[in-house]
Amino acid sequence: MDNILSVLVFFPAVAGLLGFVVDKNSIRVYGISVATVEMLLAVWLWMSFDGTNAGMQFVESIPLVPDFGISYYLGVDGISIFIVIMAALMTLLGMIGMSVEKDIKNMIISLLFLEMTMIGVFVSLDAIIFYLFWELSLVPMLYIIGAWGGPLRIYASIKFFLYTFTGSLIMLVGMLFMAHLYHGVSDGIWSFSITDWYMMVLPVNYQIWLFLAFFIGFAIKVPMFPFHTWLPYAHGQAPTIGSVILAAVLLKMGTYGFVRFSLPLFPDASVMMIEPIMVISIIMIIYAAMVAYAQEDIKQVIAYSSVSHMGVIVLGTFAMNAEAISGSIFLMLSHGIVSGALFMLVGVIYDRRHTKLMSEFGGLASVMPKYAVIFGIMLMASVGLPLTIGFVGEFLVLLGFYKVSAIGAILAGSTIVLGAVYMLTLYKRTFFGPVTNDENKKLFDLNGREMVSLVPLVIIVIWLGVYPKPILTPIDNSVKAMLSFMEDKARTPEAKERIIVSSITKEAK
Amino acid sequence: MFEPINISFTSLNMITLAPMLIAIAGGLIILVIDLIKAELHKSLYVMLTILILFIDFGSVLGLNLNERGFFDVMLIDGIAIVSQLLILAASMLFIPLALTSKRFHEYSYPEFFALFLFMIAGFQFMVATDNLILIFVGIETASLSLYTLIALHNRNNSYEAAIKYFTMGALSAGLYAMGSAVVYALTGSVELYQIADILQSRMAEPGIMIAILGGSVLLLSAFAFKLSLFPFHTWAPDVYEGASAPLAGYMSVVPKIAAFVVAMRIFGMYIDLGIEWVRIAILVLAVTTMTLANIMALVQEDVKRMLAYSSISHAGFVMAALALDTTKGNTGIFLYYGLFMFTNLGAFTMLWISRHKNRVFHERYDHPYEKFAGLIKIMPMAAVIMALFMLSLAGVPPFSVFWGKIYIMSAAIDAGYVWLAIIMGLNSAIAAYYYLKLIVYMFLMKPEENDGTVTYNLTKPLITIVGIAVAATIGSVFIMQPLISYIYYMVSASGY
Repeated sequence: MDNILSVLVFFPAVAGLLGFVVDKNSIRVYGISVATVEMLLAVWLWMSFDGTNAGMQFVESIPLVPDFGISYYLGVDGISIFIVIMAALMTLLGMIGMSVEKDIKNMIISLLFLEMTMIGVFVSLDAIIFYLFWELSLVPMLYIIGAWGGPLRIYASIKFFLYTFTGSLIMLVGMLFMAHLYHGVSDGIWSFSITDWYMMVLPVNYQIWLFLAFFIGFAIKVPMFPFHTWLPYAHGQAPTIGSVILAAVLLKMGTYGFVRFSLPLFPDASVMMIEPIMVISIIMIIYAAMVAYAQEDIKQVIAYSSVSHMGVIVLGTFAMNAEAISGSIFLMLSHGIVSGALFMLVGVIYDRRHTKLMSEFGGLASVMPKYAVIFGIMLMASVGLPLTIGFVGEFLVLLGFYKVSAIGAILAGSTIVLGAVYMLTLYKRTFFGPVTNDENKKLFDLNGREMVSLVPLVIIVIWLGVYPKPILTPIDNSVKAMLSFMEDKARTPEAKERIIVSSITKEAK
Repeated sequence: MFEPINISFTSLNMITLAPMLIAIAGGLIILVIDLIKAELHKSLYVMLTILILFIDFGSVLGLNLNERGFFDVMLIDGIAIVSQLLILAASMLFIPLALTSKRFHEYSYPEFFALFLFMIAGFQFMVATDNLILIFVGIETASLSLYTLIALHNRNNSYEAAIKYFTMGALSAGLYAMGSAVVYALTGSVELYQIADILQSRMAEPGIMIAILGGSVLLLSAFAFKLSLFPFHTWAPDVYEGASAPLAGYMSVVPKIAAFVVAMRIFGMYIDLGIEWVRIAILVLAVTTMTLANIMALVQEDVKRMLAYSSISHAGFVMAALALDTTKGNTGIFLYYGLFMFTNLGAFTMLWISRHKNRVFHERYDHPYEKFAGLIKIMPMAAVIMALFMLSLAGVPPFSVFWGKIYIMSAAIDAGYVWLAIIMGLNSAIAAYYYLKLIVYMFLMKPEENDGTVTYNLTKPLITIVGIAVAATIGSVFIMQPLISYIYYMVSASGY
């Protein structure tokens, strides 16, 4: 099936439209079945994906507006395929674990539309189509936060929408300028296709301005310090499923944008920006970790830990060598799975007690042993303990970044230490010690539905922690191809020097 | 003794006048029908009007490109044809909105429909000529009819709106007449193509610039009134509020298309003459209009007033494209309005559908935000459609206005105005807030206490119109290619 990507993108949307007809008592089963089919399609995509081919696969291209260069152009490579699969997986598991009862039909339909936009973002190779899905993803999320969220939900949802929308409009200007430049060099042909843009070597001053335009759009989405203020609100107010999707997939759109757009389009500017971005990322890592330590609310701890980990991902992306970039893409996946699972776990306890404050809990390990075990595993993965999924990515990023700046790598490495501090504190206060609150004594452990949604994540966390190769190899191939392409394209000698494709050859000194 | 002048009929090329004559004849037919048999139902007149507009549409499509007629007063170039087609299409979408389930005063008069057709003839005259006098006649024919149409909506604030619009319109007509007089004094001609030649030859004369500036300031102010640009926009929200909702939607599209065509002819000429000052003035007007109108829209309590400010802001956005004076920019103007038309008329139609005879929700406003609170619970389909229009107006892809927006922003970048594109982008972000506010009310708030009927006026014709608007808003990406290539061809064929 050559057009599997179109099917992947539009299947959930069509299912969402048809969902309007389904009875509301059956809609949950409908949603889960659709998400399962989508997951199977994603697995099929993975099975038919050629991991040794570094280029774009399953390419589809249909001109939509030829006079303006807009075409329906899809494709996946090693960088994007696993994020697509993760998006399908997290939607499915999130839907299974979801405890929402109110307006369940609207929720399922919103989630299906959201799934379309998420997958669409990661497979689009036309900038306008990318932008289209990127913006469209805001709408269902706005509704999910605004309709099922906490007391400040409307404020949080509008803040989320406006922040991202503003940033992406600046990015849109950048995209239009890229198309304008392409128009100039290609005898009057318009094109928004990213692969066409890749072929363009830009003057360094243009690169810097365009880099900044795209950077604003992506940085707000990631979210990078100092644009991160929408995220704690969004997470704090969103229902569990909203937080899961937001942390697992939507934030990855920003870091994916860096890899797909910023690096290959503007190699020189990217190299010039290594230091500023390193500073911002390290501030993000340390500052967000410290803020996380100060939180009273379990969900806020995980929200700030997300910011902190996203800092590591951005840092790795801008290390300009294969280890760090592959590591940061792997970290995107692992962070998606781990933080998604953690938000689901917080949701479990919130469903039971309707509070997320650590001070309300204590000694949960004796009351809910299964819950405590799964939480513990996810916590280890979040901190980056060896043999969990979190370790692989973080280790590769730090290893790669060490070549760029030893001090930077050491400071960024504090993420593991600080992460251990706030996560273990959280674990200690919530799970250990005597059961102080009487209400906690009669809490029941994970039920079947919750186990079904969490156990697969535990398996993935350990499987990929022990044996990441099946995923890491295709990522690495595509990243190396991208880096060698960037090296060819770079104009400044500094950029040529700092972009390191492969570290196999070693100079003897 | 004057020699008698022989004019052959064929040299008049009367076919160039056919579209306007069809509209006028149609209006007269409606009046005659009323004379012969009074008290006929409005549906007859509505359908007759649509049919007349349909013939009119056909006659415009059949016109040959770049012809002059009637003593060279009429000019049928590409932009004249495109704009007439847009005007007629918008009018055909508008007029079935008279078929509401509740009776509204104005539609029981056949004069309403006759005036409507005369107004369209006026707009058609405006766009199909480059003679300053005929433009003036067209503006006045259209405006006088429009004032009456507004006043026919039998409400206190409709009279207020009509008088306000009339006074402002008269002022703008005066400014226009004075501006044309200055131009005539300078060049001895009222034909724009001759004016351009003569001005070109006199550009080097000392002191002429002051006279040119004087004339262009007057003309610019006149069109700023018509296009409701800052600081001449103050009439717009009140007039929109007083007029019936569909008429307000109509006013936010059709008169503006006509005025943009004339502005394109006049100010395009000034910019082509190398008078940079005019370009800067237009840019300043455009940027302040879109920014300030957006900021004022943020604080409105009534959806209709919000939409009024939003359409001012959209006009500012399009005005910026005028200043570029490139083929792409001018194409963008028509493309934008062609796409905006469906969404905006759709949004105003939704207001019209929800209109009660009495003000149930607020003592001053017909459509306060509270009215739409929790609409998703009461009327899910209406809420989804309204949200769709709001998202489209906010410029969220893939809905129609987005494509117009990126085309104009891209035109600005091509012309070297990257800062302008950034301002346009940021303005869209500001605008998103007030469109979002309505969505928040509809989807995230609890319904107000009321009798539950928000779709008070709903009939099948109205559903059809909303359906067309929804289809055009969602499917716009598929009509972009034919629209762009047709409009681009037409605009470049007429040399803009």
